[in-house]
Amino acid sequence: MNNLNNHELLKNLSKQLKARKVNKPITLMEVCGTHTMAIHRTGLNQMLPDNLRLVSGPGCPVCVTGVSYIDTAIDMAKQHDVLLTTFGDMMRVPGSKENLSEIRSQGHAVDVVYSPLGALELAEKNKDKNIVFLAVGFETTTPTIAATVALAKQKNIKNFYVLPAHKLVIPALEALISDPDLKLDGFILPGHVSTILGSKPYDFIAKKHSMSCVITGFEAADVIQGVHMLIDQIESKDPKIEIQYKRVAHEVGNPKARALVDEIYEPCDAIWRGFGSIPMSGLKLRPAFEAFDALKAFPVTVNDEVENTGCECGAVLQGKITPPDCALYGQACTPEYPIGPCMVSSEGTCAAYYKYRQR
Amino acid sequence: MKTIQLAHGSGGKKMYELIKNTILAELGINTDKGLDDAAELHVETSRLAFTTDSFVVKPLFFSGGNIGSLAVSGTVNDLLMKGAVPKYLSLGLIIEEGFALEDLNTILKDIKKHCDHAGVTIVTGDTKVVGKGEADGIFINTTGVGEIIPDTHIKGSNAKPGQAVIVSGTIGEHGVAVMAKRNELELQGNIKSDAMPLTNTVLPLLETFGASVQVLRDPTRGGVATTLNEIALDSHVEITIDEAVLPVSPHVQAVSDLLGFDPLYLPCEGRFLALVDGNKADDILNFLNKQDPTNKACIIGTVDKETTTGGVMLTTLTGGKRVLDLPVGELLPRIC
Amino acid sequence: MCLGVPMKILELHDDGFAIAESGSVNLKISTKLLEKVNLGDYVIIHAGFAIEILDEKAAMETFALLKELAKSHEEVESEQLE
Repeated sequence: MNNLNNHELLKNLSKQLKARKVNKPITLMEVCGTHTMAIHRTGLNQMLPDNLRLVSGPGCPVCVTGVSYIDTAIDMAKQHDVLLTTFGDMMRVPGSKENLSEIRSQGHAVDVVYSPLGALELAEKNKDKNIVFLAVGFETTTPTIAATVALAKQKNIKNFYVLPAHKLVIPALEALISDPDLKLDGFILPGHVSTILGSKPYDFIAKKHSMSCVITGFEAADVIQGVHMLIDQIESKDPKIEIQYKRVAHEVGNPKARALVDEIYEPCDAIWRGFGSIPMSGLKLRPAFEAFDALKAFPVTVNDEVENTGCECGAVLQGKITPPDCALYGQACTPEYPIGPCMVSSEGTCAAYYKYRQR
Repeated sequence: MKTIQLAHGSGGKKMYELIKNTILAELGINTDKGLDDAAELHVETSRLAFTTDSFVVKPLFFSGGNIGSLAVSGTVNDLLMKGAVPKYLSLGLIIEEGFALEDLNTILKDIKKHCDHAGVTIVTGDTKVVGKGEADGIFINTTGVGEIIPDTHIKGSNAKPGQAVIVSGTIGEHGVAVMAKRNELELQGNIKSDAMPLTNTVLPLLETFGASVQVLRDPTRGGVATTLNEIALDSHVEITIDEAVLPVSPHVQAVSDLLGFDPLYLPCEGRFLALVDGNKADDILNFLNKQDPTNKACIIGTVDKETTTGGVMLTTLTGGKRVLDLPVGELLPRIC
Repeated sequence: MCLGVPMKILELHDDGFAIAESGSVNLKISTKLLEKVNLGDYVIIHAGFAIEILDEKAAMETFALLKELAKSHEEVESEQLE
C-alpha cells in the first residue's frame, strides 16, 4: 500500500503512460467521484497519453442528491424537534434557499459524523433527542447504514431515524449507456462499490454493449494500471470486466454486506440530479424497519426537484461536458460560492477540476 | 469540586484572592511591591514587535498541551516570526462560571512552564468571569512585546525568486491532536500537538544566518498551504512545493486518510516556515537538524518567479504540477 | 465518499467490534459486514466499518507487476538516450 506511492515508481509509471501510443481516439469514463479526485489531486490528468480522453460520471452520491432532499432535511430541522446528523460533505450543498451549514449557524441542530455509528451513539447518549441520519451513499456506504439500522433494532433504540437517499450504481450505468449522445469506449469502475457488488453485475456492459471495464483501485499507480488494461482491451477489441484492484475487489464481492442491505431495504425509483428519475435506482426501508423512517416520524412536504438556472451539473454528471465547458465554472461558480453540488462536494467533478487546476 | 464563581470576577475580596493566591501564585509572580494598573517596560531598542492573539481552542485539553500552552506559544512565536526577541506578555482570562479550579491550575502551570521555556515574563493581565454558558469554559488573550534584532527586516513580502522554502519539522501535528480529541472516533496513538515556543531554535538561527533568512511564518490556521499562499500573495511570487519531500508523520497521514484531510492544510503550533537565500539553504538545514534531529526539518520547495497576483503550485508524486490553493470553508474550527 | 483506508486488526471484541491500527493510530471499528476476521488481518475501513479483508498476496503481485512495468519504461528510455 505504501509501496505504491513510491516516488520513483510513480514518476516512471506516469512518464510511461504519457508516452504510450494510443492508435485511435478513446474516451473513458471514471464513474466514481473518489477516482475523479484522485486523478486530479495526483496530477494524473496531466499524464494521460495523446488520443485518450477522460470524462467523469455520476459517482458522487452528494452531487446526485437532489435539491429537494436538502430542502426536506432543512424543513425537518425547522419544523420538528430533531438533531440532523450527516457526513461532512453534505454541509455546504445548496438547497433551493440555504444549506445545512447555514441553518446550523441559525441555531438548528446539525452534527457532522464520520460514521453512521456515530449518529447511533448520539441517539444512545441523548435519549431525549431525535437523531436523524442523512443516509446518502452508493453501494460502499449503504451496508454501513444498514448495519447501523440493524444494530439500532437489536438494541431497541427508539430515537434513531434515517432519511434515505441511497443510490444504486448499476441502474445509473444502464441509463448512461442507453443515452445515444454519450460515446464511450470503456469505464474505470469504482473499486469500493465493486468490493461490495463483485464483478458480475457489470457483465451486461461488455456482453450487451461491447464496452470495456476495469475495476480499479484509488492509488495513482492503481489508476495507471487500470488505464493500461482498458487501452489493451479496447485495442484488442476484447471488451470484458477485469479487476485491477485484485487485493480488495473480487468476483463475488461481499455477499454478507449485500444480504444485510437486502434485509433492511428494497429498491425504489429515485431522482438523480441531472438524470431525473431512474427506475429502481434508489432504496427505501422495508415495512419491518419503517419505525426508523424519518419522513414517517417527522413528515414534511417534499417539493419537486428544481434546478438552479444556468447550472450544468446534470450534463457534467452524465459525462456530456467537462467542467470548463460550463459557463459558470470558475466565474460565478467557485468552491467559495458554489452554485451546484459538483463544485461543493468533496468528490464533485467541478471541485476536483478547480481545486487541482494547473493555473 | 471547587469552581469559579461570578464573585471571582466582580472586583471584590474573592477576586483579589483568586488573582493573588491562584493566578499569580501559579505563574510565580511576586506581588510584594503591589499591583498597578499598567506595567512599566524597559526595552533596549527602538524597534519593537507587538502582537496579540486570542485563544478559543476546543477542546481545552488535548494530547501534548492545552489552551495555556497555545496561549504562550502562539504569541511568542508570532514575535519570533518578526525577528524579535520575545520579552513580555499580557494575560487576559475570560472564565465561565462553574469552571473547575483544578483545570484553571493546570492551565496556569502550563503557561508558566512555557513562559520559562520561552524566556518571557507575564507583566500584566486581566481576569473576568461571565455567567454559565457564556464562555465555553475559558477564553484567553495574550499580547506580546519583543525587541527586534538589530538589522533584521523579516517581512511576508520579502519572498523573491531563488529562495528556498524550509519547514522546521513534520506538519499537521496540532491539527490532528485537536481532531483526535474532538472527533467521535476516539482515536488513540502517537498523536501529540507540537505546540511549543520556538525561541531556542529561531534566535540561534537568526544569530548565525542573519540576512539570509528573509521570511519567517508559523503555519497555524490553514497549515503550510495557507501560509505559503499568504506569503506568495504578499510578495507577488509563485512558490512551488514538492509533494515527494513533505515531512508527514505516519500518524498524521493515517488520521488524514481516515478523515479525508490533506496534511498541508492542518495547523502546526510548534513549526515555522523559512524562506531563505537559496545558496545558504543546505547550511541552514544542517544547522536546524543538528539542533534537534527528531524534528526533521527539510527543504520543501523554491520561490520560482514573480507574478502579478501570486500563488503556490505543487509538484505531485506523478510529476504533474497543479495549484495548491487556499482552503475553502471551515476546515477545522477553533483549533487555536 | 468511497474513502477506504487499509488498517490492521489488533483486537477482536465479542460484540462485532474490533480495534484497527494504521500509522500507530488505533480506531474502534465494526466487523459486522465480514464473515470472519482474524487478528493481524489487514482490512479496508469505510465509514467505521471493515468492508473487505486485504489479500496480501494479490497486493504483492500488483506491486511486482507495477515495478516491472516501470522498469520496462526505464529500459526503453535509456535505450533512446544511447
